[in-house]
Amino acid sequence: MSDPGALRQLTVTRVRVMLREPEIIFWVFAFPIFLAMGLGLAFSDPTPERIPVAVEEGTLDDGMLERMSRLNPDLQLEPMTPADAADALRRGEVALVLARMDAEVVFRFDPTRSEGRAASAATDRALQEAAGGTRPVAIRAQEVEQRGQRYIDWLIPGIIGFNLMSTGLWGVGFYVTQSRQSLQLKRLVATPMPRGYFLLAQILARFFFLLVEVPLLVLFAWLVFGVEMAGDALSLALVVLVGAACFSGLGLLACSRARTTEGVSGIINVIIMPMVVLSGVFFSPTRFPDAVQPLIQILPLTALNDALRAVYNDGLPVTAAAGEMGLLLLWTAAAFFLALRLFRWQ
Amino acid sequence: MTQTATTGAERLPRNSERGESPSSEPAIVCRGLRKSFGSTHAVRGVNLEIRRGECYGLLGPNGAGKTTTVEILEGLTEPDEGEVRILGMTWGENAKAIRRRLGIQLQEAQLTERLQVVEALRLFRSFYPSGPTVDALIERVQLQEKGRTYVRDLSGGQRQRLSVACALAGDPDILFLDEPTTGLDPQSRRALWEIIESFREEGGTILLTTHFMDEAERLADRVAIMDHGRILIEGTPTQLIQTLGGAHVIEFEPNTPMADHELRGLPGVETVRTRGGMVLVTCEELHLTLPSLMDLLASRGMELTSLTTHRATLDDVFLARTGRQLRDE
Ligand SMILES: Nc1ncnc2c1ncn2[C@@H]1O[C@H](COP(=O)(O)OP(=O)(O)OP(=O)(O)O)[C@@H](O)[C@H]1O
Ligand SMILES: [Mg+2]
Repeated sequence: MSDPGALRQLTVTRVRVMLREPEIIFWVFAFPIFLAMGLGLAFSDPTPERIPVAVEEGTLDDGMLERMSRLNPDLQLEPMTPADAADALRRGEVALVLARMDAEVVFRFDPTRSEGRAASAATDRALQEAAGGTRPVAIRAQEVEQRGQRYIDWLIPGIIGFNLMSTGLWGVGFYVTQSRQSLQLKRLVATPMPRGYFLLAQILARFFFLLVEVPLLVLFAWLVFGVEMAGDALSLALVVLVGAACFSGLGLLACSRARTTEGVSGIINVIIMPMVVLSGVFFSPTRFPDAVQPLIQILPLTALNDALRAVYNDGLPVTAAAGEMGLLLLWTAAAFFLALRLFRWQ
Repeated sequence: MTQTATTGAERLPRNSERGESPSSEPAIVCRGLRKSFGSTHAVRGVNLEIRRGECYGLLGPNGAGKTTTVEILEGLTEPDEGEVRILGMTWGENAKAIRRRLGIQLQEAQLTERLQVVEALRLFRSFYPSGPTVDALIERVQLQEKGRTYVRDLSGGQRQRLSVACALAGDPDILFLDEPTTGLDPQSRRALWEIIESFREEGGTILLTTHFMDEAERLADRVAIMDHGRILIEGTPTQLIQTLGGAHVIEFEPNTPMADHELRGLPGVETVRTRGGMVLVTCEELHLTLPSLMDLLASRGMELTSLTTHRATLDDVFLARTGRQLRDE
């Protein structure tokens, strides 16, 4: 049988050609990381030496707070109602919340954020010393479930979505057009190669690159910014796979009629640009007027980013993003259907 | 016909079966092919019949319609009119079965630059149910030293040989070669000729297009000369040259014009043509015609700017038919 071999050969060929194009490697692997790095640094908290701590009313008396502040001037102890304190923690305005529970003082912080533990250690030291040392205050650490509330936490899934979109569109659309323009497609069509295999190989090669692309970004975000993936890996993999399939399909559609690489570049930019702005890669789309919200919500990148964030930030299973996944699958099916109808081989 | 196109169950070609087919159908037949691109009538009623095991040369100047004709036969271009049968099958009904038995080299198509020779061959080999190994293909086109070289680093001749190797990957019954040697140096041309000849010796059928009359004369059993979308004349190279009525051509440029009838009266002269200031005389025997021509010129006190003689070629046939050179160089 030649057929399974043909599909494998076509896929391997696509992967090889891609790996042998250094500039493409840059755009696929390095660019998203630079992007995350730049934005992550630009928007990260510039005053790490201040330690904002919310103190629930009735936890510690004013004298105690004053003594602690004197012992460690970096501590910014702010009395708040329990509700305000929880909000402040969720928004990342404070690193730690102190609360009273019977005889103990509870240290409540977000375990995904490095400043929570540092703040706990500093606060504990000041607290014990202020209490007089002989009878240390009983404390208890409590990790809250509000994960990933920093900008970088929110940004990373968006960058993954953005990367899936651009590599899908460029990786498939540009290469296929180039193959058509240099008559490589015509040469392939002159063989008994099943035509669908060529198209399928583009998608499979895409999946292969995902294995590197996405883990690299996830690892980078974790090592450099301490961004933790809250959800389960299988859910993330499913969302990524469907997202990649969707944008590969759109890449195929974008190039289905294009005769030149210049032509397809224009089309791809027209697809990418609005979604970069509208679909919540760098900032939340809720800032746009209500009138455009329905449009924003049906865009594939919006659906992908929402699904990614549900898993990545909120730790939800993929089933919680069923609506977004359904929309993505719909886009995928429509893109493939149209691309196959319109596809020009010569 | 044994080649019925029940999907997935096509009869697979085998080397041993080549030429043994119970069908006596020709390898390629086409009738009344027409194809226009907008107002350009690229092919205007072409009929061809190419026998199995034959090497057939399609000769013609730029824009004659060779590529268009060949690509219609290859099932890559839809004709406006006319019918095509390949090995007794039609593109409409048996496309997949035909594809498996054709080896195609396109005039302009490129191979992926960033693949190595072996990788490109492995890819093409994977499209066919049977055929030679990649190593055998490489050996056949003499690229043994270049197996690990990237396509973009190959010379023109090496690329062309690789392109032919890709066409041979499925052990085809029919090989289509569209100007395989255009732009190659003489050594590379000869290397390709040898590959083509060995395929022919194994019983394969070849349809070759070319601008080069020497290539057609050497390789082709039969030749068709094509111009402006039509076939002007067809036959073996010898037959075509015989239509000139003389085996030799004397080409000279006198300093003053001469009347044709004076030259026709010379011994052994078959035809006389003038083109610009040049006079072309065909004759059977040079040693008869040439001295008397010299005497005539001398008796008139005429001077020669140039005089050459050569054996009549397909170029002369084309010139005689169209008043133009096959290649405008
Ligand atoms: N796709 C096309 N669109 C428009 N015109 C075309 C197309 N293909 C061929 N032609 C025209 O049809 C005519 C025949 O072209 P064709 O390529 O068949 O000639 P050819 O004999 O192969 O020439 P060459 O020796 O230059 O390869 C030419 O005038 C050419 O410009
Ligand atoms: Mg041509």
